[in-house]
Formats: sequence, structure tokens, C-alpha cells
Amino acid sequence: MDATYVIHDNLRPPTAPQEWRPVPGEPLLRARHICKRFGNVHALSDMGFELHQGEVHVLFGENGAGKSTLISTIAGALQPDSGELCMHGHPMHLRNVHEARQFGIAAMFQEFSLAPHLTVEENIMLGAEPRKGWFIDGKARRERVADVLERCGFSIDPQAMVASLSRAHQQMVEMAKALLTEPRVLILDEPTASLSEKETLALFDLVHKLRDQGVGIIYITHRIKEIETIGDTVTVLRDGKYIATVPVREVTHERLVELMTGRSFQDLYPVIEHRAGAPLLRIDGLSVRRVCLEGASIEVRAGEVVGLAGLVGCGKSEIGRAAFGLEEIAAGTVRVKDTTIHKPTPAGMLAQGVSYITSDRRNEGLMMLRSTQENITLSALGSSALSRLGLVRRQPERAMAQQLGTRLRVHPLDQDKPVGKYSGGNQQKVLISKSLARPANVFIFDEPTVGIDVSARVEVYAFIKELVDAGNAVLVISSDLPEVLNLSHRLYVVRDGRIVDHMVGEEISESRALQGFFGDSTPSHQDHL
Amino acid sequence: MSTPLSPASRAPAAAFSAKLWFVKLGILPFLLAASILYFAGSEPRFLSGDNLFNVARQSTFLIIVAMGQMIVIVTAGLDLSAGSIIGFSGVVAALALNHVLGVSPESVWLAIAAAVGAGLCAGLLVGAINGFGVSVLGVPPFMMTLGTMTSLVGVALSLTNGLPVTGMPDEFMRLLGYGRVLGMTPPILVTIVLFALVFVLLNRTTTGRYFYAVGSNARAAQLSGISTRKHVFMAYLFAGLLAAVAGVLFVARTGSAEAMNGQPYTLQAIAACVIGGVSLFGGMGRVRDVLLGALFITILTNGMNLIRVESYVQQIVLGLVLIVSLVADQLRLKWLA
Repeated sequence: MDATYVIHDNLRPPTAPQEWRPVPGEPLLRARHICKRFGNVHALSDMGFELHQGEVHVLFGENGAGKSTLISTIAGALQPDSGELCMHGHPMHLRNVHEARQFGIAAMFQEFSLAPHLTVEENIMLGAEPRKGWFIDGKARRERVADVLERCGFSIDPQAMVASLSRAHQQMVEMAKALLTEPRVLILDEPTASLSEKETLALFDLVHKLRDQGVGIIYITHRIKEIETIGDTVTVLRDGKYIATVPVREVTHERLVELMTGRSFQDLYPVIEHRAGAPLLRIDGLSVRRVCLEGASIEVRAGEVVGLAGLVGCGKSEIGRAAFGLEEIAAGTVRVKDTTIHKPTPAGMLAQGVSYITSDRRNEGLMMLRSTQENITLSALGSSALSRLGLVRRQPERAMAQQLGTRLRVHPLDQDKPVGKYSGGNQQKVLISKSLARPANVFIFDEPTVGIDVSARVEVYAFIKELVDAGNAVLVISSDLPEVLNLSHRLYVVRDGRIVDHMVGEEISESRALQGFFGDSTPSHQDHL
Repeated sequence: MSTPLSPASRAPAAAFSAKLWFVKLGILPFLLAASILYFAGSEPRFLSGDNLFNVARQSTFLIIVAMGQMIVIVTAGLDLSAGSIIGFSGVVAALALNHVLGVSPESVWLAIAAAVGAGLCAGLLVGAINGFGVSVLGVPPFMMTLGTMTSLVGVALSLTNGLPVTGMPDEFMRLLGYGRVLGMTPPILVTIVLFALVFVLLNRTTTGRYFYAVGSNARAAQLSGISTRKHVFMAYLFAGLLAAVAGVLFVARTGSAEAMNGQPYTLQAIAACVIGGVSLFGGMGRVRDVLLGALFITILTNGMNLIRVESYVQQIVLGLVLIVSLVADQLRLKWLA
């Protein structure tokens, strides 16, 4: 089953891999025919990849395209089912991250591997503490940490506890930890996701400096703009397969998106007619203290898609969450049709016909170990259609789950299968089916296509169109800019907890949205505000 | 290519189908079958009518408590106080019985009704305290029920001044202890009825489904408009009630109410759940398998008693079986994927 992997016992690094002679003509790192399966999902199939010295190589692809699996394989965190990894032409068999480090492969993942209650210094040297006999050599540790922080140009207090640092600073600690061993291959997984512009520029400087020193850098990003600033080469992945490797200078944005999605830009998004009716959801002056969201006002009418765009963590998601009762509201009102909801709760909002489709399937959307049927009908189980006097009516329940699952094209639909065993796309469809089990006419989609493949994505969009055509109000909250740009009839832009722009119809453009994201004041922006 | 099965390839095929059955059913049926075969082979008395009747009778208390424990575990909780509730509710029932009889010695049936009512209410009260602590105050279930477990013993001891409560009328003990109804002793009948009720509760009612939902993913349940607090609270209420039923039956059986009466049942009930495949992380488990799990533990104890295994060796065996079944469950989850 998964025993096809050839173990190169003699090739493990008992001798320091630094002493290898590079095979002439071989790249720094080469991955060939890498396959990795999780259950029935082929995360990677026959993947190939080459990294050269002194190169910033961008991995580009949608969520679920296999980027993370590929870098985890290279970093030793996952073992491929088959395929081969070579460094300078020498095959490697990495059993864990530690072995990868011995080969000079260091990774900085999106999810930090920091111990929050230890200091910066302790974290950076964790597992590599200099010793004096049985004891940690505190002085040597201080010196080495000061040295690596200086090399990177980070100004962080080495004695600060990691939990007390901002996310950007935590990332610097993670980076310093990765650079401690002076790696030959450095993997950066969306390093700018939580950085400010200034911090981003500093990071780019550092990356360029490392590249000039001959380090091979694998860089994952979702931002097309970043690719041309930082990248030399870009490899595109889709659905776990290798698609193409192209020099960054020779490729356009449109071409990259086409490679990524496997279809031309236009095919991906349906044309949804805008027939705005009565306002179904109105949020006025909404403030949420936890995330400093302030004075957000939006309106969603029947028969239209309204988008909320902004960077990750700008507060756009909290607008939808607060309206559904998932965040404590400090000020402002939420109105559904003509009813003012004083203190929204999920149960109350569902009763008002508002559905919220969460961005976090795993943690708050689905019961992964329970059957598909139970997941789909969960919120409707108490209704008279599905139960009487507290007893579940089994036939109607099954029929409803069957009908909704079929409507959303969960494929292959198996009502008794635990949801956790479906692919991301099918899980997302189950999640959406679930929101349809109760009668609703306002749908709040939070990151509707996160972690799903292109074909599922197209189906989700088609479904949004179906909802709008039937006269429902749809609010799409998304960090995927092309998605909100192309789906929305009206688009609000959120920055730092405030709504900074509102575009209608033809006004919607990428450049204006980006201005909103980063707060450049340009004439066009001022005109419309 | 189609070649007839050679003897060499038949063995792997058999192993494969065994694996298939194992993945489908879990390890419990195999353990149960193996232990029955083993004891039947090594001790003829094991399969005698008298002994089987004994096993059924002995298992009733454990089955009842384990079902209550299971409801709590399904909501991703834990009830360490189950054993203490048995002792406490038994003491309360016995005191109520003797009190009513002391006031009016003739009204035996009234006294019995008062005893049962008071015992069950005692269990519900403790369940409510546990539920309030876990669902409203947010105390981790382990801590909360550890607290009630400890203090309940103290309460029961002070109620009885540390002495067993005895002297219960024969009517009480016959009605709930050793009489015969439909050819069965009352505890067996009560267990059958309770099993049916819990089965319906967990598999056919919205409440039961919400228990699984809350244990499987509390956030998802909340977002689906389900009150997690209410259902967590109710789970402890059910657990308290079921433990109290066991407590009252236990007193009627033994004729002596003691604070420490039910202590071993707490861990045995958890073990029965775990052996029955109930996930301690919540959201998974079948009441049928819990019943089999409880039955298995009783059979194992009974069989080992019959073949004169010393009591400390019995403990070792029970512990090992628990570990083996946990390991097997891990393996099964892996193969299931």
C-alpha cells in the first residue's frame, strides 16, 4: 500500500552532508515523482521541483494545490509515499525535520513552532542549546542569539517572552531560529501574511541578502504582486500536480492565474445578474471591541452579492461574525428585514433566516467524525419537518440530506460517511448544504472557497449565483481578491477595522481595492469616498 | 488472471477478512467471544444456568452506571462522581425509608415511594451541580466531578455518622432487590427498560443527536443554533439520575446503605465505555457496545473468580485488557481511514 518507498539506508547523513561534493550540473535540490496520499486524497501526485543556489523560487497555487505538502516533504515533516529527493545530486531520505536540518534545510511554516511561554532566546536555541557539561551555557547562548538577530537585522529583546510579542515579531523569532544553522535551503511559507508594509520590505531585504549569499529559497505566497518583487522563478501547482515552471520576468499576472486555476479568468466566475430588491440585512455603526472594528455599516439587498474585501485580520470577517452573534457587539445595530436584532445569537439569527457559512470548517463548521447526513441536518433537526415531540423523523431526515447533498453535488454522496473523510471541496459543499437545511434568505459566506480545488470552487460560485437568482441576499467575505472582485455587485473594502471604500458595479477594480487595502490616498479613491 | 485459491493464499485471505471484521466491529466482540470460550472450556460451572443468571445480575449496576457515564463522555465530558452518587443516593433513600417508617410504621408502600423518590432526587441534584459547574461556570469536567466525588462521600458519611444504614423492610428489598417479576429479578428488568430508553434517547431523539453534536464539535453545534450549555447540563443530569437508580437498586439488593458503596463503579464504568469504543474526546460511541463492554468486564471478573484467579492478578488482567482495547481502537481508527 504505502511501502513503495525505497529506503536509502546508506545515504543518511552519518557523515556531515556538508562534505558532499556537488554532482556537476545537478541543482541544489531536486524533487522527482513525489507522491503523497492522505486517505483517498492525492495531495501530491508525480510532483517534480528544482531549486538552484541563489534563487528565490516561488511556489504558486490555490489552497489545497499541494504547496504545503510539498514543502513539508522537503522539510522532512512529512514522508512521501514514493518519489525521490536529491541534494546536489545525492538522494536523501528524510525521516523528520531534524534530519532535514542536518542537510541544511530550514523551514518557516505559517503555523509557528514556538513555545509561547519561553523567552525569545530560549526559543531560538530550543533543541540546540550550547552546553557546559550537563548544564546549558547561558553566556554562549546569549552571544549566539545576539549574533543571529544582528545578522538578520531584527531588533527584538532576547529576554522577552514569546507570547508577549506581536505576530510579526514572533515571525522574526521563527525566522531567526530557521537561520541559526545557516541553511542552504530556506523555506518560507507565506511569510508576509501578518506583516505590515515596512516589515514586509525589511523581510524582502533579508531574503535578497540571503539569496546573494547563495541560499536557495522556496517562497510560498498567494499574492501575485509579491511574486514579481521577490521571485526569480515560479512553479505553479494545481490539484497536487506539477503544472509549469517559468521565470518570473517572462510571465504576466493573467497567465499565472490561468496556470493556477487551469482555466481562463473569465470561465471561473459566473455572470450574476444584479436585481437588487429590498434590504434584507442592514448593519449600522457596528463596533467590536475584541478586534477594534469600528463603526462598520453595510447593507445587503435581496438579489445581490455584496463583497467585503481586505487583508487577513483587517476585521472584515468579524463584521459577518458579529452579525451572526459570534462576536460581542460593543455598539451598533443589526437589522434583518424590518426587525432589529438587539443581541444576535446563532440560534436567533437562524430563526430570522440568516445563514452563516464559516471559514473554519474544521473547528466550527463540521463534526468531522459524524456522518454526512447528521452534519447536513443538524441545524434543522429541531424543526417540525424533521422531528416530532423530540423524536427524530428518520425518513424525512434522510430525504432532506439526500436532496441537499445532491443539490450541492457532493460527490460521491454517501450519507453515512464521516465528513472528515471527504476532500476539502466536498466538505465545503456539505457545509453549504447544511446552511440550506433551514429556510434562509440571507447567506453570509466567510471565505467560501478556502482550501478547495478549482472544480469545487466553480461549483460553489455557481451555487452562489443560484441563490442570488432566486432572490436571496448574499454577503461574501473573502481574502481572495479576484473572487470578491468578480462576484460582487457592490464591494466594501475594510482596512484596520474600518470600512474605507465602497464600490458599485463598474467602479469595482483591483487597483482601487488595493488602494483601500494599503491606504494610499489617490484622487480616484478620494473622489468616491 | 484467475487462479483458484491455493492453500498458501487462503491464509492471507482469512487474515484479511478477520481484519475486515475487526475494523467493522471493533475488538470487543472478539474479546467477549474469546473470554466466554476460555472460561467455558476451563470451568464447566461457567455456563451453568445459575452462573449465567449471576452474571446478568452482577452486571446490571455496572451497565446502568456505564450508560450514564457514556452520555456524559459523548458530550466530551467525564463523570468521576458516579460511584459517589451511588453511595450517596443509597444513603438518602435508606434514610428516607426509615424516617417515614419511623413516623408511621404502617405505610410501607408510601415509605418505599419516598425512598425511591428521595434517592433519585439526590442523584439529580448532584447531576445538576455537576452540570452547572461544567456548563455554566466552565469548570473542566474532570475537576468538577472530582470535587463532587470527594465531598459527596463526606456528605454521605456525615448523614449516617459513618455507620451503615440497615433495617430496611422486606417489602422494599423484595420489590427492588431479589423478588421476581416476569421471571427476572427487578434490577435486570430495570436495566432492560433503561437500556431501551437510553437507546431511544441517543439514537432517535433530537436531544440525543445534540449530545453527539456538542461532543463532536461544540462550536459547530453552537453555530447550528444548539444550546451547548443546556445539553451539557442535561447530560450530567442523566448521568446523576442513572447512577442514583443504580444506588437505590444496590441498597435494595444488599440491605445496607453505605457511603462508600459504589466507589469501584466509577472507573469500571469508564472502562466499560472505553472498551465499548466510546471516544474520550466526545462525539463517538454506541450504547449497545457500552452494554457489551460492561458485560465483558463482569464476565471477566466472574470467570476469573470461578477459576480462582487471585484478586490482585484480576486487577492486572483488567488493566491489561483496557490497554489492549485502547491500542486496538487506535489501530482500528487508522485502518478505517
